[in-house]
Amino acid sequence: MRKAFSSVLEKMGSDEKIVFITGDLGFNALEGIRDTMKDRFINAGVAEQNMIGVAAGLAHKGYSVFCYSIAPFITYRCLEQIRIDVCYHKLPVFIVGNGGGYGYGIMGFTHHAISDLACMSSLPGLDCYIPSFTEEVESSLTQMLSAGRPSYLRLGLGRSKPAGLKTFESINPLLLSPQPEMTVMALGPLAASALETISKAGFEKKIDLFSAVKLPFANFNDKFVQSVKASERLLILEEHVSRGGIAENIALSLMNLGIMPKQFKAIPAAGYPGELYGDQNYHQRQSGLDQASILGILQNWLMQ
Amino acid sequence: MTKTETVRLQGSLRHSLLKMYHSANAGHVACSLSCIDLMIASLIQHKKTTDSFILSKGHAAASLYVCLNYTGEISDAQLETFYKNGTSLPAHPAANKFQGIPFALGSLGHGLPIACGIAKANKLHSKTGPASDSAYAYVLMSDGETNEGTTWEAAHFAVRHQLDNLIVLIDKNGLQGFGTTDQVLGDTADETQLINLGFEVKQADGHNPGEMGKAIEDFKTSKNGKPKVLIANTVKGKGVSFMENKLEWHYLPMDAASYAHAIVELKEKYGA
Repeated sequence: MRKAFSSVLEKMGSDEKIVFITGDLGFNALEGIRDTMKDRFINAGVAEQNMIGVAAGLAHKGYSVFCYSIAPFITYRCLEQIRIDVCYHKLPVFIVGNGGGYGYGIMGFTHHAISDLACMSSLPGLDCYIPSFTEEVESSLTQMLSAGRPSYLRLGLGRSKPAGLKTFESINPLLLSPQPEMTVMALGPLAASALETISKAGFEKKIDLFSAVKLPFANFNDKFVQSVKASERLLILEEHVSRGGIAENIALSLMNLGIMPKQFKAIPAAGYPGELYGDQNYHQRQSGLDQASILGILQNWLMQ
Repeated sequence: MTKTETVRLQGSLRHSLLKMYHSANAGHVACSLSCIDLMIASLIQHKKTTDSFILSKGHAAASLYVCLNYTGEISDAQLETFYKNGTSLPAHPAANKFQGIPFALGSLGHGLPIACGIAKANKLHSKTGPASDSAYAYVLMSDGETNEGTTWEAAHFAVRHQLDNLIVLIDKNGLQGFGTTDQVLGDTADETQLINLGFEVKQADGHNPGEMGKAIEDFKTSKNGKPKVLIANTVKGKGVSFMENKLEWHYLPMDAASYAHAIVELKEKYGA
């Protein structure tokens, strides 16, 4: 998704009211933005907290500011700057974290962000965008810019959006059946992976699939709730720890509505079982979030 | 403003501060007394409407409130709500309430990066729109606050981006939260260190608005690409003898006797 992000920003960057700041990252990706934006492209150095404060100052003076780094560096390290400088003052500063979840794979624990949404989505007035498909990076950026409020964009592995899918809603329906046997909700790019798994297995007519692409949920009590009521079975997949993730959020919202699915399972990021490390797919497998594990659960539930 | 008028203002704002803190039964009295003269010199006597002023040591919020009361943005009635439930004037400033408080801070180390962003925006504006390079970003920090790592991240940013429209005001009283600066981490607001980094640095008596004002005027004529630092050498608790240079007055509220004693002293010293 990083390339898509870069090419969209190259277009947006011609707007004189936009500033882009990177925390000394972007080799082989952000050169185009740098060349387009010239002195509105700032490399703030390996100094992420200052980067957010500077962004708040620029935003106060009328700029819309994108701040870019690897997801853990720009979320955890800068949490207080984002909370106070940006959110408290309701400024148009857009935090962009590359490689959300286990995206940086074998780079290891320091480079992973599997509790970033717990931190970011709890901040006042901040929207989180977790695009599922490469094409949704542009949709996210357009919405972030036009909303003009604090936001966080979590970039992950990019797959192409199937031609028939046009919508980009907070809870985005990817598959809808008249009589679903189960409902699946997946966070961001995992929804693209789940869609592939379901399609390969030929389960499209049996499963309703939704992707969670924007927090807080704006359209919870709509098609998603109807689907859960109809199927009475809900599976939630997220490359994020359980605490503060979407499953907790959804379970609470369903209970508040008095909806109790007969079958409910949430599969979060498992962390680091055995303190062993590998690529993104390895960590997904350890968590039960890889395509083979997901297929196993779908087959199991559909046979019941 | 004549010298006599300035002295009277130094007294009357101190009087307002003590009244507020006493009525609220609140601490941070000495922190506000330490920087009030620096705020008179900068916020009241030199800040223009196009400039920005950020109080980074937000625990001296009361000093900001009395200055904004003097400039007419905060009413006497609002001032009386200080610390009370339902107030817009809490112990550390609240955001989005007053134009004179563009950033509401309290956790230390936030003001300098933000001021760098404002100064950078003013530099960018001057290239694309009406020249606003003459607009200054003032940020008032405490010397203890310069312990924060963001000070050094932002300092390098300011130098690299040649933010000579940034004026950093350091309230250097040598006392911080739980010890003297020497006891804690040493002097992290050291003039030589800042000069070596690339700042233009001046020192002044932090209780002499005229001297500090002169330094600010000189900074404004010095468009040399160097960000500015005014080290204001101050006394924590200045103006009330039993509070001066006393760590405990960072925290203690005044009882009736201390308050009465303090008010008498102010009258003697400032005629207010």
